[in-house]
Amino acid sequence: MSINPAWYLSLSVVLFAIGALGVLVRRNVLIMFMCVELMLNASNLAFVTFARQLHDIGGQVLVFFVLVVAAAEVVVGLGIVVAIFRRRTSTNADDLHLMKG
Amino acid sequence: MNALLAASAAPTIHVPHIDYLSILPMLIMLGGALLLMLVSSLFRRVMDARAGTYAAATVSLAALVAALVQWDHVATHGPSVTIAGAIAFDGFDVFIQITVSIAVLLTALIGDGYLRREGIDGPEYQVLAMVSASGAMMMGAANDLIVVFLGLEILSIALYVLAAFNHRRAESGEAALKYFVLGGFSSAVFLYGIALTYGATGTTNLPQIADYLARHVIVHNGVLLAGLGLLLVGFAFKIAAVPFHLWSPDVYEGSPSPIAGFMAAVAKAGAFAALLRVFVTSFPTVQSDWRPVVWMLALLSLVFGAVVALTQRDVKRMMAYSSINHVGFILLGVEAVSARGVSASLYYLFTYTFLVIGTFAIISVVAGPGDTRSKITDYRGLAKRQPLLALSFAVLLLGQAGAPFTTGFLAKLGVIEASVADQGYGLAVVAMASAAVAAFFYLRLAVTMFSPVGDRGDAVDDTFGDDGQAPVGPAAPAGTAVSGDGVADLQVLTDAPPSAEVEERGAVPVPALTAVAIGLCVGFTVVFGIIPGPILNFAHQATLLLLLR
Repeated sequence: MSINPAWYLSLSVVLFAIGALGVLVRRNVLIMFMCVELMLNASNLAFVTFARQLHDIGGQVLVFFVLVVAAAEVVVGLGIVVAIFRRRTSTNADDLHLMKG
Repeated sequence: MNALLAASAAPTIHVPHIDYLSILPMLIMLGGALLLMLVSSLFRRVMDARAGTYAAATVSLAALVAALVQWDHVATHGPSVTIAGAIAFDGFDVFIQITVSIAVLLTALIGDGYLRREGIDGPEYQVLAMVSASGAMMMGAANDLIVVFLGLEILSIALYVLAAFNHRRAESGEAALKYFVLGGFSSAVFLYGIALTYGATGTTNLPQIADYLARHVIVHNGVLLAGLGLLLVGFAFKIAAVPFHLWSPDVYEGSPSPIAGFMAAVAKAGAFAALLRVFVTSFPTVQSDWRPVVWMLALLSLVFGAVVALTQRDVKRMMAYSSINHVGFILLGVEAVSARGVSASLYYLFTYTFLVIGTFAIISVVAGPGDTRSKITDYRGLAKRQPLLALSFAVLLLGQAGAPFTTGFLAKLGVIEASVADQGYGLAVVAMASAAVAAFFYLRLAVTMFSPVGDRGDAVDDTFGDDGQAPVGPAAPAGTAVSGDGVADLQVLTDAPPSAEVEERGAVPVPALTAVAIGLCVGFTVVFGIIPGPILNFAHQATLLLLLR
């Protein structure tokens, strides 16, 4: 059985769109983080698919860079969330409204 | 042993040549940061409270010296690429390394007084600033899209933590979270842009992309266009160009003041360096596709930044919108897609580093304990209490406004000239008009400092719309309607007039190292505003060494 690579690209676009929409629409900070991760992994899928299509190993190597960056980003992000929401009861982004103008 | 050699003889692994000089400032910054972290965790008890500051200042000076050695090398041997073509070693790269090293030096000096006042100890502030700076340096040197991405993330992740650094202030954490969510979002968008560009051209190496695009005409270029668009959106988020600027006023207001200055200088230097290298030197063959977008970003940033800054009552927010306005100016140089435009943008970035870090140093000093007093009214009568501080601030504000005999004037002139040389008359006219509007809010702040305490009912007060002399009540002036925290402020005003309160507080202490940093910024702005030759020539040379490649 063989699958047209275009399907993988379509899946990657769909995942990216779900992630982007999630960051913009959802108000729970943790879910927003997960959506950012989804966007990064959609890019990974696109990288691997293109690498396969182009017969180029470079695209697959890039995925490792992205994985490391994503891990580092989550560590810092969760650290910030813990620091902020230690004194709060919810993780709703709408509760963060000290600054306006 | 022989058997082992024989077994491994056939496929040898080719290791790319590494020119260590090309990444020396980056290595010094990163190594210095790690060493400082290690030493401070081992010897925290015996270390002087100022040790972190001195270490950071030494490391950034070392990086600066390394960058000057690089400059000498590039000037004699010409530009080159290294590490399998992933890193560019040219005048443009060295220019950014120098800019970033200076920004770290100034931020470390300013941070010392800030940390003492806020009661935050430990060298993490300096460590994170250095790590972040190494990311910006990497963006300046990146010759491959994935290296741009890595630099961007090193820069940003350290900045997220720095934004949250004042853990005693709730706004600081909130700023960090907003910055983190939108920064992560923009990084992901940028990464998807890289993936699509890779798919369309088969490589992430910038010269190879340029080469591919020069030799091929892509008929169905939807993937490439989408990739370019996403790359541009990612950059626009990082430089805070309208309409991707929404995070910046909140983040500037909430972050510790010295960090806001650092963010404005270093994040912009890094992101603009990468933007120039990626778009101007790698995608010139498809410029008809991306130039209109940059044109629109520049136009919106120029107009929106200047106009919205007028309505702000918080000086840090005002500076955030002012920096959006500056982004519009620098985009003018990008939009020109010419050597002159690149050179003008570099000059702008270099001079803006001094202007904005100096401005935020003074904002940090005036904000006082807790980093809270940054309303325009808090500046009333500053000239009487501290003439020198007020004078320095006035010079920096005039520099930002682009007054003659400051570096800001030449910076604005340079990008407008580059735009006009490329027939971009419309944008140049808008830029000049927005400079005039921007001059108004800079001068308004300057006039506030020099207007006497307790002076009421004059024309200046009316334009502010945020002073205590107006009858407090529903008939609030127009300016207050924009700001959501106007109500709280008016309640303070009913208790006591702000001017009297300010008088009681007296002069704010200016730490010695902060004074040195402010002096450097003001001195640079004035001296090189009057004698512009050296820096203009420097930016010009940097561009020549880039385009020779």
